[in-house]
Amino acid sequence: MSASPSPYLTQESEYNLSEDVVTKITEMAASFPEKNSALIPALHLIQDQFGWVPPPTIKQLAQLLKTTPNKIYGVLTFYTMFNLKPVGKYHIQICRNVSCSLLGAKHIIDYLTKKLHIQVGETTADGKFTLTLVECLGACGMAPVMMINDKYYENLDEKKVDQILKTLK
Amino acid sequence: MANQNILLNFDRNGANHTLENYLKRKGYSTLSEKIPNMKPEQVLDEVKKSGIRGRGGAGFPAGIKWSFLPKDSDKPVYLICNGDEGEPGTFKDRVILEENPHMLIEGMILAAYAINAKHCYIYIRGEYGFALQRVQQAVDEAYRAGYLGKKLTGANYSCDITVHKGAGAYVVGDETGLMNSIEGKKGQTRNKPPFPAVEGLYQCPTIINNVETLASVPWIIDHGGAAYHSIGTEKSSGTKLLSISGHVRKPGVYEVDLGYPFMDFLNKDCGGVIGNRKLKAVIPGGSSTPVLRPEDCEKITIDYESIAEAGSSLGSGAILIIAEGSCMVKTLEVLTHFYHHESCGQCTPCREGTGWLHKIVKRIEAGQGKMEDLDLLTSITKHIAFHTICPLGDAACGPVDSFVKKFKDEFIEHIKTGGCPFGGKFVRFQERV
Ligand SMILES: Cc1cc2nc3c(=O)[nH]c(=O)nc-3n(C[C@H](O)[C@H](O)[C@H](O)COP(=O)(O)O)c2cc1C
Ligand code: FES
Repeated sequence: MSASPSPYLTQESEYNLSEDVVTKITEMAASFPEKNSALIPALHLIQDQFGWVPPPTIKQLAQLLKTTPNKIYGVLTFYTMFNLKPVGKYHIQICRNVSCSLLGAKHIIDYLTKKLHIQVGETTADGKFTLTLVECLGACGMAPVMMINDKYYENLDEKKVDQILKTLK
Repeated sequence: MANQNILLNFDRNGANHTLENYLKRKGYSTLSEKIPNMKPEQVLDEVKKSGIRGRGGAGFPAGIKWSFLPKDSDKPVYLICNGDEGEPGTFKDRVILEENPHMLIEGMILAAYAINAKHCYIYIRGEYGFALQRVQQAVDEAYRAGYLGKKLTGANYSCDITVHKGAGAYVVGDETGLMNSIEGKKGQTRNKPPFPAVEGLYQCPTIINNVETLASVPWIIDHGGAAYHSIGTEKSSGTKLLSISGHVRKPGVYEVDLGYPFMDFLNKDCGGVIGNRKLKAVIPGGSSTPVLRPEDCEKITIDYESIAEAGSSLGSGAILIIAEGSCMVKTLEVLTHFYHHESCGQCTPCREGTGWLHKIVKRIEAGQGKMEDLDLLTSITKHIAFHTICPLGDAACGPVDSFVKKFKDEFIEHIKTGGCPFGGKFVRFQERV
């Protein structure tokens, strides 16, 4: 019995890995005792190129690493940092864990949903902001905390959130 | 403060991450001056004598772990540094990774020498972009200066370090999950035995230690295991990094000699509870460790024995302070959500059980709980704990059992009044430092 492939894997479009990314992945694969160790670093590179991991790139990656798309899909969906669909230009990830909650994370979340007119998990109509909740970011001493793309913003309150959003064009 | 600075031996406002700065602090001198006159077994011996216990949470003595490596294997040995730092409340390794990466690298080279590992990995959680950048820079600097690579400066030995970026999964912090992740797999954990020391990364003997454990090694070898052992208490030697957060005036990362009185630490070093509130609860070692009431904390000292005697654990050294006015049911709701979200899904008791725990706590918080729910919670934890491959299931149970036991009145009040006495929200504290 063969499982039918996930719809995620059957979408077609024109995403091609850049030459630079292909070279880097090939080099990385050769540097580990097992090629497959390059998988997670490779997915990071792909996400750096596209902002998410588009399905066609999985097939290309499977060929490079001599593995199967389904194995890659399993890994991809296991880790929370990989985006399975496009995200806004600014991906806002707010910590919902204990230290941040104790110091007002909920207020920040409510404030942002109101201000951006989106719910958690959604992207604004202009494609600028995506709002996601995440678990402890390891910055609990500076709670509440959020990440925008790969930068941390700490000790948040409404005023600070306003200031930060103003700087994001 | 009488506490020593072994790991935080730098001015916290300066540029401490560079090789130049580390050399000024006599960095790499252990490697270049002591190692040429020491055999690997002697390095291992000093670490054993130091009595240092693993700083990642489980507190297993590092020297003993290293000696579990098979003597007759012809496979390569790997050393992994665990910088996944995912336990909620924990942010202490980040300080070493960002501010003192060369001390970690020197520690790893010394450890690699002791266990005859030629290749080491530093696994850092993917969200720590800045730490990843700093550590990679430091590794590059160390290669250029000849501390890493073939034939290390001052030693007839070679050692390579690869920095590996994680991708977001708490369970990968478990040593076997981490090895699967480096192998490019889902970060699900492995059954033990075989233990990593016998069959770990790429099926080869592997030693895995926390960032803080490895960063302590240069001091231990430089001053001797006995000198390290003389700091702290008999069973908890040395210094410990503590990351304190929550309702505390001066949150942050501190280094204390183990055995330091908890109330002194909270009130003198950290400025006490925020907003002049009364202390309500303390989670002493990261979110997985059982919660304590203020009266449990009066007499405890910060070390493995004392906190264990009080019914909890020093864990990763992440102290969470909860002030009077906070809802414990809501707090537990946040924690149970976390464990459910992070369960890797392999073992039924954990995958299903953590979801039930969260669902039940959530309905109690919403005022829809029943009195039977309290027994139900503790009967579920009984079926999760110690019935799973890895300790994530156990970790989920610690908070549930202890919150229900120590704050039972509050759970009952939620059930009897059909609502949250705190309005379902956390109080907002205006006072900030
Ligand atoms: C679910 C789970 C998460 C863990 N997370 C971490 C972590 O983030 N960092 C860490 O050093 N150890 C973590 N550990 C403990 C490791 O499995 C391992 O015991 C530790 O890295 C060994 O190093 P040590 O002996 O130096 O403490 C975790 C364990 C479990 C079960
Ligand atoms: S709880 Fe939010 S960063 Fe740790």
